[in-house]
Amino acid sequence: MKLEPIVGRYLQLNQSRVYFEEAGQGIPLLCLHTAGSDGRQYRAVLNDSSITANFRVITFDMPWHGKSSPPAGWQNEDYRLTTSSYTGMIMDFVRALGLERPVVMGCSIGGRIVLDLALKHAKELRALIGLQTGAYVERYYDPSWLDHPEVHGGRASGAVAYGLMSPLSPQAEVWETAWHYMQGGPGVFTGDLYFYQIEGDIRGRIGEIDTRICPLHLLTGEYDYSASPRDTEAAAAKIKGAKMTVMKGLGHFPMSENPQAFLGYLRPVLEQIKNSG
Amino acid sequence: MIENLPRLVNEDPAIVRWGRRMNETFMVEVGDTQYLLTVRDGKLEVEKGPFAQRAWRFAIRAKREAWEKFWQKPPAPGWHDLFGLLRRGEVVFEGDQRVLMAYLMYVKLVLAAPRKA
Repeated sequence: MKLEPIVGRYLQLNQSRVYFEEAGQGIPLLCLHTAGSDGRQYRAVLNDSSITANFRVITFDMPWHGKSSPPAGWQNEDYRLTTSSYTGMIMDFVRALGLERPVVMGCSIGGRIVLDLALKHAKELRALIGLQTGAYVERYYDPSWLDHPEVHGGRASGAVAYGLMSPLSPQAEVWETAWHYMQGGPGVFTGDLYFYQIEGDIRGRIGEIDTRICPLHLLTGEYDYSASPRDTEAAAAKIKGAKMTVMKGLGHFPMSENPQAFLGYLRPVLEQIKNSG
Repeated sequence: MIENLPRLVNEDPAIVRWGRRMNETFMVEVGDTQYLLTVRDGKLEVEKGPFAQRAWRFAIRAKREAWEKFWQKPPAPGWHDLFGLLRRGEVVFEGDQRVLMAYLMYVKLVLAAPRKA
């Protein structure tokens, strides 16, 4: 038996009931989950005592995801994430909890939105960490099949997520990560992918990011073919001062598919952020 | 490699369970060689072509070199998953995509099974 130090609570925010978890004390570190999943992806970061000794690690399930509710009336609309709704939700959460100049770390869609945060909210943030960041990913499959009455959305979404992981990652963590996808509500993964593959193309704006105001760290797993190292390199090439690291042997969900390997890459970045004040 | 699939799949209950409700025939093309894979409740039979007037629900076509990279142990980044091949333009999916997507996990595990050998 082991009782984890993670504590979960609900926050009523913008007509949604938002679930979040936290552990630790110090510099706020807000973690953003991937499309169609939830905050459990960061379980290892929240459980890492070397990080929580200096950081207050927080992760919230986006509305519609995990234990967070969709807004009232959800049955009457298609869920679609957009750049403005995503950035708005993150900053509303930061203000609601009174987080002072937090570090924000996001993966995949979260790795994309940190670029928008860098453009619009750099002065309110201490540093940004993009995992599996790409400025744009063209559609190479049709995500409408993930939201189809004759295809089990959980099984199909799980199979899509499964393939994005590294064949070298530990099987238990790989299948834990796939399970989160299998639990997603109908149309939620697809609604997130609208932002990722259509609306959230940020290629034309990232050259304006000023990393002197808010440092940007980009960590990308080499086995990811959705936001591949090449995609991250293309983004980093346009952003002066962005620091990029390729994570060997990791895939699209580094913090969840192989937590121990990922923590080896994350700890030095957090140490650098802590020491730079 | 494809010829070995029935043994690799049918003796592995962890794969069979993902296709338990599947009763379909699909085509896999390895370069110029065609195979028809018939699934009955998750158990697999394989026939090697050429075929005359045979029906299938969906087809997965790739060059021999692409499949060889896909079957490496371990495969290189980007060559490790069917959708990875799709993004590279190294595989083509044809036919009834609904059936492919409904059994996607099973199809992925079946086609990756040669890596277990």
